[in-house]
Amino acid sequence: MSKTLKIHSIETFGVHDGPGIRLVLFAQGCPFRCLYCHNPDTQDLETDKTETKTIREIIKLLEREKPYFGENGTRGGLTVSGGEPTLQAKAVLALFKEAKAEGFHTCLDTCGAIVSKDVEDLYRFTDLLLLDVKHIDDVWHRKLVGQSNFNVLANAKIREKSGREMWLRYVLVPGWTDQEEHLTAWAKYFAHFKTVTRVEILPYHELGKHKYQELGRDYQLKEVKPPSKEEIQIAKDIFSKYLGDRVVVS
Amino acid sequence: MSQTFKKGNWQKKIDTRDFILQNITPYDGDASFLKGPSVSTKKLWKKARQLLDEELAKGGILDIDTETISTITSHDPGYLDKELEKIVGTQTDQPLKRGIKPFGGIRVVEAAAEENSYKVSKEVVRIFDEYRKSHNDGVFDVYTDEMKLLRSTGILTGLPDNYARGRIIGDYRRVALYGIDRLIEAKEADKKELVGVMTDELIRLREEVSEQIKALKAMKIMAKSYGYDISKPANTAQEAIQWTWFAFLAALKEQDGAAMSLGNVSSFFDIYLESDLQAGKITEEEAQELVDHFIIQCRLIRHLRMDAYNQLFAGDPTWTTECLGGFFANGQHKITKTSFRFLQSLYNLGPAPEPNLTVLWSDKLPEGWKKFCAQVSVDTSSIQYENDDLMRAKGQCDDYCIACCVSMMETGKEMQFFGARCNLAKAMLMAINEGRDEKTGQLVVPGIDPLSEGPIKYSEFQKRFKKTMSYLAKSYVNTMNVIHYMHDKYYYEKAQLALMDTHCHRNMAFGVAGLSVVADSISAIKFAKVTAIRNSDGLTKDFKVEGDYPMFGNDDDRVDEMAVDLVKRFNTELAKNHIYRDATATLSVLTITSNVVYGTKTGATPDGRKAGEAFAPGANPMHGRDHSGAIASLNSVAKINYADARDGISNTFSIVPKALGSDRKEQIDNLAGMLDGYFKKDAHHLNVNVLNQETLEDAMEHPEKYPQLTIRVSGYAVNFIKLTRALQEEVIARTFHKTM
Repeated sequence: MSKTLKIHSIETFGVHDGPGIRLVLFAQGCPFRCLYCHNPDTQDLETDKTETKTIREIIKLLEREKPYFGENGTRGGLTVSGGEPTLQAKAVLALFKEAKAEGFHTCLDTCGAIVSKDVEDLYRFTDLLLLDVKHIDDVWHRKLVGQSNFNVLANAKIREKSGREMWLRYVLVPGWTDQEEHLTAWAKYFAHFKTVTRVEILPYHELGKHKYQELGRDYQLKEVKPPSKEEIQIAKDIFSKYLGDRVVVS
Repeated sequence: MSQTFKKGNWQKKIDTRDFILQNITPYDGDASFLKGPSVSTKKLWKKARQLLDEELAKGGILDIDTETISTITSHDPGYLDKELEKIVGTQTDQPLKRGIKPFGGIRVVEAAAEENSYKVSKEVVRIFDEYRKSHNDGVFDVYTDEMKLLRSTGILTGLPDNYARGRIIGDYRRVALYGIDRLIEAKEADKKELVGVMTDELIRLREEVSEQIKALKAMKIMAKSYGYDISKPANTAQEAIQWTWFAFLAALKEQDGAAMSLGNVSSFFDIYLESDLQAGKITEEEAQELVDHFIIQCRLIRHLRMDAYNQLFAGDPTWTTECLGGFFANGQHKITKTSFRFLQSLYNLGPAPEPNLTVLWSDKLPEGWKKFCAQVSVDTSSIQYENDDLMRAKGQCDDYCIACCVSMMETGKEMQFFGARCNLAKAMLMAINEGRDEKTGQLVVPGIDPLSEGPIKYSEFQKRFKKTMSYLAKSYVNTMNVIHYMHDKYYYEKAQLALMDTHCHRNMAFGVAGLSVVADSISAIKFAKVTAIRNSDGLTKDFKVEGDYPMFGNDDDRVDEMAVDLVKRFNTELAKNHIYRDATATLSVLTITSNVVYGTKTGATPDGRKAGEAFAPGANPMHGRDHSGAIASLNSVAKINYADARDGISNTFSIVPKALGSDRKEQIDNLAGMLDGYFKKDAHHLNVNVLNQETLEDAMEHPEKYPQLTIRVSGYAVNFIKLTRALQEEVIARTFHKTM
């Protein structure tokens, strides 16, 4: 069971989920139901399109891609994203152990929904954690993703305590996540985190919209438009006030 | 002059490589030293742009000199702007006016002129009708029925039997380094050695060397008409660049070869530029100006082509291919400030397809250079990359240039007989149709048994396909032998070969088109169930494909190995035959833009491709079938063994900027990393386009907004707006790697 991973899809040239060029596995299944999710087909725990890959197979894929990761793997590596990879924490842990033993840089892209011993173990084999903190206000967080942000913030603290590197990500959705006071609170909350080396603002886009139609689901952010340049700049300025030049718009 | 340069073997014999090796000033820094365009460069380029706009407005041709047979000395000097230009010399007496070169074939010249509402002078036509046989006449005197059939069915297309073969690159630097007189002396000395039993080959070579000497003398006369004496070596940077341009210009006046590449001149120029800079004779701005003016001349090169030719090689390309970078065998890299200056011309003058700037890549090159190359790709989509480590090792030389798009040639020592390409997909269909052309039903390959009824059996198919390939390889070589015998006889490249060693190595460069179509088809036959749907004559008109099968472009060995094996097998078959002048058979996987025409001429294929649909260019996976991301796609192509395709394996990679990284810095870093990885996998070539599909769509509708929009196609670059609509659509349909 722990030697295989349920995967939605694979991107061999991932450049948006961690540093450099990465093999990105999108794990199947997610406990959150973010209204803006651009990959809603990754949410169910299993679909008829879900692929199962063994750790061995994934390591082989990594080997094929190794020359693109730079001298000694310093410019790329493996990212497991999703869906939510920590739903399969044991399998990802086995994968990361193996990958690290082979010299690959490991990166976990998580929404932080699950706090557990397995997840904490997994963090130890994660060179870089990408943590999405979708809203600092718990009421809004629940409205936006269907669950509390309690675990998310707990995971942030666990990572901070471990002293290992972490990037934070924030999807900027007009009317939902761009309230000035909440942006300020968010930035203040993380301002003193020493392990946070980068904060990525990801402007909301509509590219996932059509997937809802295909899945026969209702898209609840129909009326929402992507943020304007000015709106992005305002958010960036607020973040930068507390987080300095770690803030980038991705 | 030689007192300022380091001594070496280059003084004792003709050895440009040694001169560069001894005198090069490698540069390890970044691009910050570069200068923008000078005032005169801006004015000069503005003038050139006006002419280029005029040319475009006139339908692609500004003017044709229909009276004068173009030779090295046929035309009076021409200028873009005599006061401004630092490097002078045009092919005819005016820039962009095209000359006629009927030695390849008078009918072709007449047709090309007429298609543009010109008429070749009666006198010229009379000369070729009554007194002077052309290359084209010679070939058709000798062609067998079988050869004509291969040509008319479209299994062999683009053969240089009615246009000049090109692909030969003189070492144009020699004129600057040695001066014409010394080169004549060396050729005279060679000729003295050409004695003994007068075999056909010896007689031919003696005659050729005599022709070469005449060409050298003619170069001197031509240069003189511009007020320059090139009998002695160049003394300054301006002279070195000017002498080199005259040498290249002589070739361009005499020949209209399909691809007439420039070579590897930038680091040679750098030695003179550096020397002048050190001596305080010029400033950096003036050094850049000399390079920019040279590049402007390269951008104005024109040949007269027929419409039929333009369909195969669209966008009026000249393949003025110039190599930048790479390493010497001793581990010293060849990056100089002038390598940077050449790329800088794409900013100073704006993007352009010519010269065809080709970066010889190695992951060990200085970071500053690698980043600048990647930056230029991201900004202009105007450059291509080839694997220096691989070519240096397999070609066993470190001073080489690229003929046409992707073909490595040791500078001044190696030439090739260009051979267009064989349509592998059509060959495959012949194997399924008892050797008959799937469209006309004509028997092309004898002795192919019918397949048994029902779904196609893999082993039955393979047996027939192997037999077909073997037959076609033999006929292909025979056809090429005829063509090149006649080309040597009636349209000999005396100016270019005068600047090569008398005893040069010869390759015969064959090619294949439709590799990914065939690999996917064989995969479908093996892993899925493929049934032929035949018309009343028993010819396949479509295929029913049931089930999934692995497709080329997803890093899946099951099908990738099929592509690898196809290339190996065809290359092996070619080499079994007798080849003209004992040339070495080489093979390319390259289509230029002919992938569209080849597709038109080919019926439906077992991979589910419909009749008439375009092939993928070069060695590219088929459009939309490489669905595992960019690296999987690159890895599939990288598997094709360069040893089996020494004429080059072309891959065209298009990506939207955002899919390369979030910001410019990331895009540059990731592109450089991608190139490192791809070439470490022993891949050979990569065209890089960093473009948004929407930009291309907008350019189709509003060409006037994009006069300089450049895009890489198979092995060269074109002005996007000069492509036909069908080709523009094909480019847009091609896989653009995006993020999910």
